[in-house]
Amino acid sequence: MHVAVITNCTPDTAADVAVDAGGNLKVDDKLVVNPWDEYAITEAILLKEAHNAQVSILTLGGPEHEEALKHGLAIGCDQAIRIWDDALQGWDSLAFAKAVAAAIGKLGDVDLVLFGKELPDIASDAHIFQTARKLGWTPLGFVAKIEALDPAAGTIRVKRQVESGTETVTSRLPAVISVLKDINEPKYPTFIGIRKAAKASMPVWSLADLGLDAAAVAPKAKRLAYQDLPKREGAVEMIDDPALLVDKLLEEKVI
Amino acid sequence: MEFELTEEHRMAQQMVRDFAQKEIYPTIKEWDHKHQPHPDVLPRMAELGILGINVPVRYGGQGFDYITLALVCEELERVDASLRVIMSVHAGLNSLALLQWGTEEQKQRFLVPQATGEKYAGYALTEPDAGSDPVRLRATARREGDVYVLNGEKMWISLATLADHMLVFAKTDPNAKPEYKGITAFMITRDMKGVTVGDIKGKMGVRAGSTGWIAMQDVEVPVENRIGEEGEGFYIAMSCLDNGRYTVGAGAVGCIRACLEDSVKYAKERYTFNVPIAQHQLIKQKIAYMQQWYDAARLLILKAGWLKNQGKRNTRETALAKWFATDMSVKAALEAIQLHGAYGFSDEYDVERYLRNAKGATIYEGSSEIQQLIQADYALGYRQDRPLRCELPGYDPEWWQSEN
Repeated sequence: MHVAVITNCTPDTAADVAVDAGGNLKVDDKLVVNPWDEYAITEAILLKEAHNAQVSILTLGGPEHEEALKHGLAIGCDQAIRIWDDALQGWDSLAFAKAVAAAIGKLGDVDLVLFGKELPDIASDAHIFQTARKLGWTPLGFVAKIEALDPAAGTIRVKRQVESGTETVTSRLPAVISVLKDINEPKYPTFIGIRKAAKASMPVWSLADLGLDAAAVAPKAKRLAYQDLPKREGAVEMIDDPALLVDKLLEEKVI
Repeated sequence: MEFELTEEHRMAQQMVRDFAQKEIYPTIKEWDHKHQPHPDVLPRMAELGILGINVPVRYGGQGFDYITLALVCEELERVDASLRVIMSVHAGLNSLALLQWGTEEQKQRFLVPQATGEKYAGYALTEPDAGSDPVRLRATARREGDVYVLNGEKMWISLATLADHMLVFAKTDPNAKPEYKGITAFMITRDMKGVTVGDIKGKMGVRAGSTGWIAMQDVEVPVENRIGEEGEGFYIAMSCLDNGRYTVGAGAVGCIRACLEDSVKYAKERYTFNVPIAQHQLIKQKIAYMQQWYDAARLLILKAGWLKNQGKRNTRETALAKWFATDMSVKAALEAIQLHGAYGFSDEYDVERYLRNAKGATIYEGSSEIQQLIQADYALGYRQDRPLRCELPGYDPEWWQSEN
């Protein structure tokens, strides 16, 4: 069995984010592994332990995303691949999906692709479902538990979290899964894994390596500039009399 | 000269930081209030491999270098000194003593289970009447055939009630001249008949740490548990301190960082005179000093770690780093409290805990006064390093990381 987990680095959620005069985004801190991906990586390692699976970890991005790959290797992934090409600069979710799907195809024998729930910096999960579409595989989003997996029979049963509660779904493999925080407790890197990760070489697959050309991944929309959110303005009024306070809250439609 | 940490250093540092911040920090204040060790700390540190971080892989450890040991201690004490104390006694004072002085059989019997975390280890030199002057220790070890019979009491011993293995020092020749040549080292186990242990309460700091006493009454210790030669105990005890002090100093660096980071955060949040207090010059001065102390203490510790990696004696450099880092951690904590104002005086914030923890480290494992005497004696030529029968091995990555 071969599991592929897709990861990226994102700004720390506690980082200060600002927009400069030129409309460029400035983040005051280094990137961290997408917190959602921590669950996906751990789930891949749990599948490795349970089914003797091979685990490949992939990212799409510049060298700054190698931290996420090393993190995965240090936890126990078997190989790491970075997808990058200058033509992917400013990628949109469809370009991401095309490149990742091509990379999965190049790996050849992948049964399951795992993603974290979303990319928090762009608050989007479109790339996950687009990847499934490009592969022609079943998308299983918002998975809170993999209840059963039978590699020999090529079946999987998962518990999905949906707005109305949870639902249990069975599917044939291969499939593309996005995982939620409930699915596991993220593992830490092991020290032996850290040594392995520090020495690992991570191939970079270009569009040519993936059999794609620049036109295929050209973004349909171009991001021109960022803009700061308008500053929130407010004032504090101290009201000691409870009756007046209630009147005021009613007036402001708070209660 | 190379100041960069390696990829392995940074990843190990991040891993331990994540563990300490996510699993221990959220509740450490409660355990500190209760004067009890956090129950998850030792098992989790064992499970994650932290307890054997810089023991060679062939002896059950993770095969990382001495610099990593310091980085780990910094991250642990960034959260609470009680975590770092475990590394000081289990790894610094005991496991590294076995690596340096133990026979191959002793390494297999004691070091391997300690490095894997199956057994916890401590170090018992101090007695009720012998601290800075350990030559005056009163515990005795009388040879009777294939055993030594140990009697005596040890005091202020970290992990006294939790450690399975304890490196103890006792006099095999109370009449030896000079006196220090009468001391011998032994590894006792908590299950030996005649060993009783207890906790000490009422400590000012490291309240989430285990500190206690050990009483030995006619404890029969097999000859094969003697570490080093008879009469070699003082050299062993002092060489252990080169490693224990290293971890204490590295932990103090973490304490200074805690003071600095907490102070920076608070100074930007707290307003006086319509501006964040960070904009006041006297607040900036405190931040600046904390940064200075952090950088200087860290450099001293890493220099000592580099010497250890090279296999060079580092008694003076380690003592200097421990003295400076621990003294500055107390100053940093005091400044952090001052900067936090009344909130700093309250246990609502962490800085009062940092101060209570920091103070102990200027006393244990060689008080600041002892460290000063060491520096002066080296400078005056009264003290010189002499070769030891067994030296602490330098860090050879190939040997440390290979299975056999």
